[in-house]
Amino acid sequence: MNDFFLIAIVVMVFLLIFQIAKASEYVSVLKGEEKSRKQTNRINGFFLIAFLIFGLIGAWWCNHLYYGKTLFPQGSASLEGENIDTMLWISIAVCGVVFLITQVLLFWFSFKYQESDTRKAFYFTHNNKLELLWTGVPAIVLTVLVVFGLKYWFKFTGDAPKDSQVIEITGHQFDWEFRYPGKDGVLGKKNYKLTDAANRNPLGVDWADDASHDDIHVGHIMHAVVGKPIKLVINSQDVIHDVGLPHFRMKMDAVPGIPTTLWFTPKWTTEEMKVRTGNTNFVYEISCDQICGKGHFSMKGIIIIESQQEFDKWIAGEKPEYYKAFPDRDPNRGPVPKTDSTSTAVKPVAMATK
Amino acid sequence: MSNEAILHDHQTGTHDLGHAHEHHHHETFITKYVFSQDHKMIAKQFLITGMVWAIIGGLFSVIFRLQLGYPESTFPWLEDFLGHWAKGGKLDPEFYYSLVTMHGTVLVFFVLTAGLSGTFSNFLIPLQVGARDMASPFLNMLSYWFFFTASVVMMASLFVQTGPASGGWTIYPPLSALGEASEGSKIGMDLWLISMSLFIINALLGGLNYITTVLNMRTKGMSMTRMPLTMWAFFFTAILGVLSFPVLLSGSILLLFDRNLGTSFYLSDIVINGKILPNEGGSPILFQHLFWFLGHPEVYIIILPAMGIASEVMSINSRKPIFGYMAMVGSLFAITALAFVVWAHHMFVTGLNPFLGSFFVLLTLLIAVPSAIKVFNWLTTLWRGNIRFSPGMLFAIGFVSLFISGGLTGVFLGNSALDIHLHDTYFIIAHFHIVMGVAGMFGMFAGLYHWFPKMYGRYLNNTLAYIHFWVTMVGSYLIFWPMHYEGLAGMPRRYYDFTNWESFKMFAGLNQFISFVSIIVFAAQLLFVFNFFYSIFKGRKVTTLNPWGAASLEWSTPIRPGHGNWPGEIPEVHRWAYDYGKDGRDFIPQTEPVGEDESKH
Ligand code: HEM
Ligand SMILES: [Cu+2]
Ligand SMILES: [Cu+2]
Repeated sequence: MNDFFLIAIVVMVFLLIFQIAKASEYVSVLKGEEKSRKQTNRINGFFLIAFLIFGLIGAWWCNHLYYGKTLFPQGSASLEGENIDTMLWISIAVCGVVFLITQVLLFWFSFKYQESDTRKAFYFTHNNKLELLWTGVPAIVLTVLVVFGLKYWFKFTGDAPKDSQVIEITGHQFDWEFRYPGKDGVLGKKNYKLTDAANRNPLGVDWADDASHDDIHVGHIMHAVVGKPIKLVINSQDVIHDVGLPHFRMKMDAVPGIPTTLWFTPKWTTEEMKVRTGNTNFVYEISCDQICGKGHFSMKGIIIIESQQEFDKWIAGEKPEYYKAFPDRDPNRGPVPKTDSTSTAVKPVAMATK
Repeated sequence: MSNEAILHDHQTGTHDLGHAHEHHHHETFITKYVFSQDHKMIAKQFLITGMVWAIIGGLFSVIFRLQLGYPESTFPWLEDFLGHWAKGGKLDPEFYYSLVTMHGTVLVFFVLTAGLSGTFSNFLIPLQVGARDMASPFLNMLSYWFFFTASVVMMASLFVQTGPASGGWTIYPPLSALGEASEGSKIGMDLWLISMSLFIINALLGGLNYITTVLNMRTKGMSMTRMPLTMWAFFFTAILGVLSFPVLLSGSILLLFDRNLGTSFYLSDIVINGKILPNEGGSPILFQHLFWFLGHPEVYIIILPAMGIASEVMSINSRKPIFGYMAMVGSLFAITALAFVVWAHHMFVTGLNPFLGSFFVLLTLLIAVPSAIKVFNWLTTLWRGNIRFSPGMLFAIGFVSLFISGGLTGVFLGNSALDIHLHDTYFIIAHFHIVMGVAGMFGMFAGLYHWFPKMYGRYLNNTLAYIHFWVTMVGSYLIFWPMHYEGLAGMPRRYYDFTNWESFKMFAGLNQFISFVSIIVFAAQLLFVFNFFYSIFKGRKVTTLNPWGAASLEWSTPIRPGHGNWPGEIPEVHRWAYDYGKDGRDFIPQTEPVGEDESKH
């Protein structure tokens, strides 16, 4: 019933508009086309200038409403991101000026030079000086933007600092997993053909590589230390995903078969951000930014940025994945039922050496 | 000259051209309206097919905007329409992605490429260069029927059990290569690839025809530099298409191989749903290079015709020559050339070598220079004109406004450092909808309102036209302007629901507002569609040969030109198409010889 009314109303409105349109066409024919054209011309000219004025007010109002919801009032949460914010402000300044000048001229000229019996259009075909001016000036301005942009670009796409904390992040439909290199600072080798989630090797680590034995594997939540550069080694197991880190102003695709990297230095801990944003629920979220299937919109990871002590305490509590796969080889293991441990131990080793 | 020979061959064989159209009275309904070889009829076929697709594609966006604007609500009537894709009146996420994918594909290719280029290149090229038809009317007909077949296949994909393609209009593999990765990557994706391949053949046949016609079939006196800017724009558009579409064709075929024949062009090291795939050594990034090698030129394939139309309509309605004709041609050329060498700006965050990336930054920002030249030239064309706000003119002015707004955000995105933050957020959505989507539509509307009298011998209703313009103009800005803010907050594109994200959920109110406005704007487009079909049959009749007082050749044909366009000889051309307001005269048609004491320009 409700739907029916809605449709009826919409149809009525359409019919009404149509009747008015038809009627005004007859009126304009009666009045004389010339005369009615001039009349609508004035109305549209007025609308154009009104559009400019209300448009500019609207843009200001929109900024007023939403600027606070963008990430800029809180500033970049990474050191490198500060450069991106600077670049953004430079671009806004430059483009803002161009935007204002051109839009104002467009609507103002339209209004000012609308048809009038007293004016004759000016036969003006070209002017080399003017055209050189507006080829040259944009070229110079854009060069400035390129120079700034590339300076920053090379800075944070360059090699990560030596003392970075290396963390491997792997995307799959529809979650993120993390691997820490453990005490030796080296991530064990992987081979996707060894992937075997049922036997505690969801990432396809090659247990034959000794470096893998102290690697720590956690899902969904990543811990890292404030003020210390983080280097992410990014993998995907199935389709292309993307590690999106809006607060840190960083982003990099996760491509199956082609590992990528990304590094940044977090400036504030999660707790500090709660205060800065005034949002007690604040978390650093990793959003998947490359469409990856029906769960794309829910492919979330969490980053906890904390102090060195908190981090050390956390990582000390995590058991290396190797020992979870082979509990019998764990020097710190508690009592384990014998039969179980031998059977799980043999199989993966056989696979790894194959 | 040559075109007359061709026309003799294919229709009359012998007689004097003045009677060419009379020999066609034995035309049947089929040869006149269906398998027509007349460029004007083919243009209308492209136009109407494009309009049907525009309504479908637009409706898709309304449906997925409902989900974005009202994520907590259910719409029981959706289930009546969509069945198991909207159980309980709530869109299934998989189908949401299908809708997004189809919306993008349909609007970019079927509406703004075929609908815009297909309609206006076909309709205007012979009329404005002074030819009786296209170089090859038969290939031209084939071109449309390839488009039609592509449309049928794409349409069919909407009805298969597993649904249409759902990996985004950019169909990146492995998502699009593996049926295990998503429902839409099953048969729906094969149909998408087949449909697009047919579409590409349509674009190539059409493009070759446009190029040949512009180069070879111009009437006497119509030197290249006397052509209206529309001709230059369509000419460069066709070149872009002919050189870049084949690359997408090869990319699509390799993808079909990966999907069906077990090759590994794009696949390597994949474990999906616990299954280890044997493919090794391929690169998903290779596909992106192939895709964007077309994909970037494609956006200019859409915007160049709109630029040409806007230039023409603005000059006519300002009663003033287009300012800087040669600079306009030069900048079209520069854009065309640069369009081939900027594609990797879509790939800054794929792991592209940063050094290589820097070249693409440079070239991308370089493209802003010819764009700026065009904008300033349009502004100067308005300056000291005597402007008539015909509906076409309003859309042309709106086009310039949108092109400025969207072009400037391109300068942000072309700067790779900033693109890291903005890539794949709503900032991109705002950018390309304003600069390509809406601006392209505005170019199309400008053209339709302007040339409708030539197409159908009747006028569109003006009042409806003005309502259509103002609702669309205001609505488009209301929809897309605030999206920049969402993008600056990092809000990702192609998300079905934001309510679970601490970082993005604060835009719920805005999303609702945007959805609401898009429904209204969609309704305004239906008003246009109604106006269009109503006016074909019942519109006010055109009674003068040249209702807008335009100088170009198409207005020297009869009010309803027959097959062959001019009943007698094709007129000879003596001047450029922009002698408006010269020597105190309102306009001087191209066909008028240059007078003795006429001033030079
Ligand atoms: C001043 C000129 C322009 C520059 C510098 C520019 C730059 C860019 C860049 C760098 C991107 C990639 C952003 C990303 O994905 O992260 C982009 C996206 C896009 N641009 Fe532009 N652009 C310009 C004008 C245009 C024009 C004129 C059109 C269309 C007519 C256009 C259509 C698009 C489209 C469709 C996309 C998004 C494709 C997608 O990812 O789905 N751009 N632009
Ligand atoms: Cu993902
Ligand atoms: Cu591009």
